[in-house]
Amino acid sequence: MIYTQSPLAIGLFIFFVLFVLGLSFYLARRTSSAEGYYAAGGNIHWMTNGIAFAGDYLSAASFLGICGMIATSGYDGWMYSIGYLGGWVVALFLVAEPMKRLGKYTFTDALDSKFNSKSIQLMAAISTLLVSIFYLIPQMVGAGVLVQPLMGLPHWVGVCIVGVVVTLIVATAGMASTTYVQFFKGAMLLLVSTTLVVMVLFRGLSTTPENDGKPYHDFTTLYADNALVLEDSSYRVIAGLDSIFGKEGFVKLEKNGRESIWKLHATDNGYTLEETLFATRLNDGTRLYNGSPADDGHFFPVGHIKELIVNGEEVAATGPVGPFSFLSALTESTIVLWGTAYVPDADGITTIYYQKPTPGSQILRPGLRFKVDNSTPMEKFNFISLMLALFCGTAALPHILIRYYTVPSQAAARKSTIVAIAGIGFFYLLTLFMGMGAMTNGVINLLDNNMSAPLLALSFGVFLFAIISSLAFATVLGTVSGLIVASSGAIAHDLLDNFLGLKMNDRTKVRAGKISAVCIGAIAIYLGIVFEGMNVSFLVGWAFAVAASANLPAILMLLFWSKTTARGVAASITVGLFSSLGLILISPDMWLRYGKLPADAPIQFNSPALISIPLAFAALVVISLMTQKDVNVGHATELSNN
Amino acid sequence: MGHGPAVKLGKDDAASFKTSLGVKMFFGYTFFYVLFVLLNVYFPKSMEIIIFGQTAAVVWGFSLIILAFIMAVIYNHFCTQAEKRYNS
Repeated sequence: MIYTQSPLAIGLFIFFVLFVLGLSFYLARRTSSAEGYYAAGGNIHWMTNGIAFAGDYLSAASFLGICGMIATSGYDGWMYSIGYLGGWVVALFLVAEPMKRLGKYTFTDALDSKFNSKSIQLMAAISTLLVSIFYLIPQMVGAGVLVQPLMGLPHWVGVCIVGVVVTLIVATAGMASTTYVQFFKGAMLLLVSTTLVVMVLFRGLSTTPENDGKPYHDFTTLYADNALVLEDSSYRVIAGLDSIFGKEGFVKLEKNGRESIWKLHATDNGYTLEETLFATRLNDGTRLYNGSPADDGHFFPVGHIKELIVNGEEVAATGPVGPFSFLSALTESTIVLWGTAYVPDADGITTIYYQKPTPGSQILRPGLRFKVDNSTPMEKFNFISLMLALFCGTAALPHILIRYYTVPSQAAARKSTIVAIAGIGFFYLLTLFMGMGAMTNGVINLLDNNMSAPLLALSFGVFLFAIISSLAFATVLGTVSGLIVASSGAIAHDLLDNFLGLKMNDRTKVRAGKISAVCIGAIAIYLGIVFEGMNVSFLVGWAFAVAASANLPAILMLLFWSKTTARGVAASITVGLFSSLGLILISPDMWLRYGKLPADAPIQFNSPALISIPLAFAALVVISLMTQKDVNVGHATELSNN
Repeated sequence: MGHGPAVKLGKDDAASFKTSLGVKMFFGYTFFYVLFVLLNVYFPKSMEIIIFGQTAAVVWGFSLIILAFIMAVIYNHFCTQAEKRYNS
């Protein structure tokens, strides 16, 4: 409703998809062997792999989710960028070279390198599958979000397109095609995002944002006396102070046959009424946006500066600015953010989005999404837990770890990680400018903030929007490819070949991987449809928590504690995996998903890492110490056999 | 079982030096990251202080991202030197 389709955008989208598929079919020749399919032959250049790392990592969560969260919650969205990048430090300093040295195709190989343990093979493979599926959900949701404005297709169609295309990519050429798709996408994403930020800075800041020539909505303020008699008599009150709306601080008015909802502010002489946006879900399931069907286009994009201050003086526009001037002007200014209220009445439920003018200095520091001011111990716990999950999650993501097997040496693994840090770090700096640009350029769709970055591009014209959206779609394709390769490796290599001991040759192992890829693709499509509407970066936070809990304690203790035993590793994965998943399933956000009140959830935090990671470490230490005898017996048997 | 690297790796005599350096640098970065998180939780108002026209939160964010890259380059420099020294 906020966007219309353009032939250029559709053409570019189709071109990107065909290019990616063509590349995959071309590279399919290289993947007759298992090394080729699962590790791209182990001969990818470190620079290529580094950019591919960035491509893998800068998923829909980074591009769509973080920008969307910054656009609506300011600095709190950028906390994800800071946490995600911190995770790469863990990967570089502790994990990169040992993973390369110990593993072959999958992350399970590295964990099991010392032991040849069935329990490790089983649990690590299950962990890989579950973490990858958790990570797949936000990517698929992101795909659905993108296809709606690009092609004018419903969410589920976007999810299905990605599922089918990616399954084709992976099933044809495995890791080789995934690597080159990621390289291409990672490089393009950095280039186009830089271009977008330069254009935002060149446009500067203004209290009347431009939107590709279209005027920004002029928000009306009305005045009324204490009896709610309006100065502007063309409006008629249809739900006043005594109605359910009035009790929530709103009134419903009517003018020329159209209903509108207004936020009430009491003054000395009566009330001021500020215009809102609202979405209504009627009891029969019909949805209305600002009182009309979606196609009428009455629900408009928002995001503007109320008072623009530069060097202490109020101005209407800044003109072109540098990056630091851009941020300092925002810090001094007052920006209109949007609060949300839910009002149920006899007709259905109305979600009201009302204006919340907020000082820039509060937007550019934490506190709008995560409650840190005067927070309860539980709120502090939740915040620390999330930051821990982001920091520890990267080095435990199976689809990231398997990329270390595509380079020829430990030094190449290290150097490719540094290239990744450079590329990803630079991109995360850009996210702050893209998000704040969206917040102040009148492009936020309050119904779904995931589209903020592409809609910011649309404000510069349909060409940039078409490129950004197609690229974001390629982003999803690339990341999902990597996840499906990791999952198919877990099934075919870890479970079928190693755990079940099926004697598979190279050819059958590749075939098993391709069949697994198709099955995982189908699951991903289903989950992408079920989780429609959730912020993709938020969902990725959960994937990080599960990965950090299930995998990282086992990896670190294997590398740095000589008393680690096979049973200890298996116990750590089991405890980390199921404790994190269990806590997520009973969290307030999931309670909301089940249609219940978040306050009724058994626990009052959403991020489980601060409990599940220590539990996984403790399980490994306790079980390893209890099973030292097994190691000694095994060692003695080995010596006597010699 | 199929373990071991996908390509044949040479012996790396610098591995223990690199591991030790990596652990030290990890703790160095983690110190700043933890400090940043704790300041946000226990002294959130400190993040609103203006430093060179920016909030302290923005300065912290930029610093943590840039610090990660600088430390990565330093780490690579010493690792490369160690590889030349120990593996030649």
